[in-house]
Amino acid sequence: MDKPYFQDIDWPGMWAATTETLYMTAISVVATFILGLLLGLLLFLTGKDNLWENKPVNTIISAFVNIFRSIPFIILIVLLIPLTTILVGSMIGENAALPALIVGAAPFYARMVEIGLREIDKGVIEAAKSMGASTSTIIFKVLLPESMPALVSGITVTAIALVGYTAMAGVIGAGGLGNLAYLEGYQRSQNDVTLIATIIILIIVFIIQFLGDIITSKIDKR
Amino acid sequence: MISIKNVRKIYSSRQGNVHAVDNVNVEINEGEIFGVIGYSGAGKSTLIRMLNGLELPTEGSVTVAGRVVSKIRGGELRKARQEISMIFQHFNLLWSRTVRENISFPLEIAGVTRKERTKRVDELIKLVGLEGREDSYPSQLSGGQKQRVGIARALANNPKVLLCDEATSALDPQTTDSILELLVDINKRLGLTIVLITHEMHVIRKICHRVAVMENGRIVEMGSVLEVFKNPQQPITKRFVQQVTEPEETKETVEQLIEQYHSGEIVQLTFVGGSAEQPVITNLIRHFDVTVNILQGKISQTQSGSYGTLFIHLDGSKDEIAKAIEFIGTQQVGVEVIRNG
Ligand SMILES: Nc1ncnc2c1ncn2[C@@H]1O[C@H](COP(=O)(O)OP(=O)(O)OP(=O)(O)O)[C@@H](O)[C@H]1O
Ligand SMILES: [Mg+2]
Repeated sequence: MDKPYFQDIDWPGMWAATTETLYMTAISVVATFILGLLLGLLLFLTGKDNLWENKPVNTIISAFVNIFRSIPFIILIVLLIPLTTILVGSMIGENAALPALIVGAAPFYARMVEIGLREIDKGVIEAAKSMGASTSTIIFKVLLPESMPALVSGITVTAIALVGYTAMAGVIGAGGLGNLAYLEGYQRSQNDVTLIATIIILIIVFIIQFLGDIITSKIDKR
Repeated sequence: MISIKNVRKIYSSRQGNVHAVDNVNVEINEGEIFGVIGYSGAGKSTLIRMLNGLELPTEGSVTVAGRVVSKIRGGELRKARQEISMIFQHFNLLWSRTVRENISFPLEIAGVTRKERTKRVDELIKLVGLEGREDSYPSQLSGGQKQRVGIARALANNPKVLLCDEATSALDPQTTDSILELLVDINKRLGLTIVLITHEMHVIRKICHRVAVMENGRIVEMGSVLEVFKNPQQPITKRFVQQVTEPEETKETVEQLIEQYHSGEIVQLTFVGGSAEQPVITNLIRHFDVTVNILQGKISQTQSGSYGTLFIHLDGSKDEIAKAIEFIGTQQVGVEVIRNG
């Protein structure tokens, strides 16, 4: 067992796993952003004293969001196996992780969107109404731009959580760095593989955080 | 221009019903600056918000510029709102947009082309005196400058009516005056009808033509500003009028003065409208054998004339003093003997 360090590492394999992780993260972040934004907007707009105030719809979406936000991710993957096999056709490979990643993260992000939208001054929305703005104008020209810093910092946090989720999904066969660390690193006792996989994941997380912070401070003119 | 008929607004809650606006009838003329004054909770905001359909009356009808605002909905209401602009106590600008982009917003809503927008925004920036700040964000502006952006934004689509909900309440006295001057200027230049609500009589005095006093959802007194100043009927109106005509210390000062003078009489003169500019005191000294000491005075300008009070001390023979007071009475000046010497 006295091998020089890093000798076990299959660099092309490591690179392939990294791109798989990046792929899963990228696709799920984009899908989560869109889905979470829609859900968050609906939550906000159907809320009390708002443009589309609707108690039943609000209660249903809210319950849905709360339930899916509370299910531990690892259990969510198992719960979604039937859905995933229908959508993707298999439980192996990076695409197999996507349904669980999106279903797990979108409700989480939807709440952050709702909180961001609630922070907008009611007076500003009222001013837009008093100018004769339609609801779609209010959504696209007031709600989204005025909450943009919160939307960006929210998706940053969500993206980082998603990197973690991809690693977890990897353990049950979805590919990526988590899968590599588990199969090659843990099961074959190659600690250096685990170490490198961890470092790469950390680098990805730092880059996401860094980009998120830069964008947030650039767009925040308050 | 604006007609409010038998309007009532009732908010229901678990604790019972609140009559925020109670059987209000007002007609506001074109080109008029109409003020509504009242203490907090009187229902002023509720009333003004019914003029652009932000609130719907429970009963009665509201007509603005020929449109029954209390009836129309959807696209028709949105179209009407482009002609009934509003400015706010807390300005309500979009922080994510520059001055230029904020002013451009209502033009975007109205579907004005980019080229036209740029041209119109430049005019408006000049009109409100914000040259050089076009590309600043609201967070970089003072309160007064923010309200100027609010006004420019409100004027963008050439509205017929401008509603001001406590538009100067968040500003210091000097900035308040400069914003009020801007509003008068706009009223004169564009012939815009302005409805403003406030709890400061100073604002009413400075720019309004007519005023309505509101208490518990009702209008308890209404008339031309000068008339209301001259002859306030309700206790609440008298209190508001005192805000501007009698500084706090007047009563004390006059009481002290009464102690000092042992002969003659102390008289309070009330000037309204044109008489404030007449040389009453000069005539008094010229024609009667009395000495006149001016003790304290204050004259306020309103949109339709001046209003003021003056305390003087008259000394001389009893006869001459009596004649002098009679003379003042014939000069369209209110006269009241405070103390006989
Ligand atoms: N949405 C609402 N629901 C229930 N009650 C309301 C609502 N809006 C206003 N009211 C009540 O109506 C009354 C009048 O309120 P309004 O805001 O019109 O007063 P105001 O004269 O503008 O006061 P202020 O000077 O403090 O702004 C108050 O008693 C208030 O509590
Ligand atoms: Mg109010």
